[in-house]
Amino acid sequence: MLLNGLAAGCIYGLVALGFVLIYKATEMVNFAQGDLLMLGAFMAFALIEGFGLNYWLAFLGAVLFMAVFGYLLDTVILRQVIGQPQFAVVMLTIGLGFLFRSGASMIWGTETRAFATPFTDGVVKVGGFIIADVNLSIVIGTALLCGLLYAFFRFTRIGVAMQAASQNQLAAYYMGIPVKMIFSLVWAISAAVAAVAGILLAPVSLIDVTIGLIGLKAFAAAVLGGFGSIPGAVFGGLVIGVIEQFSGIYLPEGFKDVAAYIVILLVLFARPQGLFGNIGRKRV
Amino acid sequence: MRFFFKTDYNQDINLSRDGVDRFWYGLLIAALLLAPFVLEDFWLGEISYVFILSIVGIGLMILTGYTGQVSLGHAAFLGIGAYTHSILLNLGVPFWISIPAATLLSAVIGAVIGRPALKLTGVYLAIATLAFAFIIEQILIRWEHVTGGFKGFPVPRPEVLGVGLVDDVPFYYIAFGALVLAVLAALNLLRSPTGRAFVAIRDSEIAAQSMGVNLAAYKTMAFSISAGFTGFGGTLFAHKIGYLAPDAFNILLSIQLLLMVVVGGLGSLHGAIYGAIFVGSLPQLIAILRDYLPESISRQPGLEPGIFGLILVFFILFEPLGIYGRWLKVKLYFSLFPLYKKATFKRQKTYTKSERNR
Repeated sequence: MLLNGLAAGCIYGLVALGFVLIYKATEMVNFAQGDLLMLGAFMAFALIEGFGLNYWLAFLGAVLFMAVFGYLLDTVILRQVIGQPQFAVVMLTIGLGFLFRSGASMIWGTETRAFATPFTDGVVKVGGFIIADVNLSIVIGTALLCGLLYAFFRFTRIGVAMQAASQNQLAAYYMGIPVKMIFSLVWAISAAVAAVAGILLAPVSLIDVTIGLIGLKAFAAAVLGGFGSIPGAVFGGLVIGVIEQFSGIYLPEGFKDVAAYIVILLVLFARPQGLFGNIGRKRV
Repeated sequence: MRFFFKTDYNQDINLSRDGVDRFWYGLLIAALLLAPFVLEDFWLGEISYVFILSIVGIGLMILTGYTGQVSLGHAAFLGIGAYTHSILLNLGVPFWISIPAATLLSAVIGAVIGRPALKLTGVYLAIATLAFAFIIEQILIRWEHVTGGFKGFPVPRPEVLGVGLVDDVPFYYIAFGALVLAVLAALNLLRSPTGRAFVAIRDSEIAAQSMGVNLAAYKTMAFSISAGFTGFGGTLFAHKIGYLAPDAFNILLSIQLLLMVVVGGLGSLHGAIYGAIFVGSLPQLIAILRDYLPESISRQPGLEPGIFGLILVFFILFEPLGIYGRWLKVKLYFSLFPLYKKATFKRQKTYTKSERNR
């Protein structure tokens, strides 16, 4: 049961990771992250069912496609609102989310879809516990992805440049970092992460156009961990997932759906910057 | 073009600028008063819907447009107003008492939510209000013996002296009266010290604070007033939809309300009303559009939310001042006619301004 919670939490964490990556680097809050997840899952579905590709190839293809999609999204649309109030970005991404959902329902219809994965229906026995392969795949996939991202930010030139750009855009620009391209790359990575989350999630909860609503729970995760903190996002996701799982069992019916929101309200009121966030200095 | 030389501070805070303004607004009010004698009942219903949306829009405009606090949870206040009003009516409370009671309850809940939300800004506030809206929605679903749960219940139709208050024509006048009341209240609020404090908070919290504005008190007040207006709109909204169920007050409605404020034009009461007209007539426009589009597109399931999103994206990208802003631009163009400079409203590009430390 704990692992079920952790697996759900990993998905929240991955989506939250996307929010945080974008927020940290560009100060934008992407309300369409959940819909990117939905698009990623549908891309994988199209590649597997439509073109008959192998699961792993489709996985790679969908992630690549979403990365390109994220990159273009930034260069074409989102770049224009840099420097506008945050409110504008919030509304813009909400609008984009609507567009994606409507586009997806035009292409794939509103029915629920499923595709076969190597993990479906398998179980593993570890010391007397029975664990579904699907959940295991989510946890392992998240861990791998986090390691990969950590290495990317720590050891590659572009990763370090991204960190610099997120600290101070102007200074980074003066140091010869192509800030605009870096921003687009951040969007690409974030869309790719969303795609991974979507594909991992697909065997657990079948895919349909409203799957993106999971993004709202991921907000809870991102806020819980402090919006600007990458480890915080994953940790927040795990906490939300586990709390949800347990409140579904130990609390009266109905609490499962709102547990995440009650938790973030409490956290926000007690510690507005989140658990891992740091307080910025104020300036006029 | 006309010039206004202000020689008196009162000229800044008068409700109307001059006789010409008063003439046009008077004409508008007269036309709306006479409308029931000319128009069919269907159109009256549509117009009263726009009136109700305008009241809600004014409520959200005070919070978002004037105080700069984004709320993604205003559907919850609308729901609180609608449910309280209908439940009170069912208990036998008269129409004229249950409306103020529902308004008051929304305002009080707004203050209760606004008070702890003080520490939050920007995105955090948006998400906190979103969470609040979800919790209210769940309460509406779970508190079955009061709210009727998922199934909901029909809104009672009160009568006075044998006349149904929510029949088309009486309801039209009630909604119109309510809107006039709301507009006057908002105008007077916004030219009072309170309203100016709101604008100061929107423009810079720190600067407002150092001018002696009590942030905590004024932000709570803005939340409470906005919730009150929205709840007031909600009471009439209940009669408009006729049947209350929790899924009428979900996140999509909150977003629709925000769309209204953004498309109308942030920071102006005109904008709230233009936005309400726009959002109120959008479903009709889409229905008309469906007839002209090729079959393959018009039959698609996701068309309506798609158009919704498209409009939102276009307004944010190309007309951030909204419909009211476009109106101002057109007006300026004609009053300056041969000398209008194209770059008058061009946006400045900024790259380093951070909201993170606000």
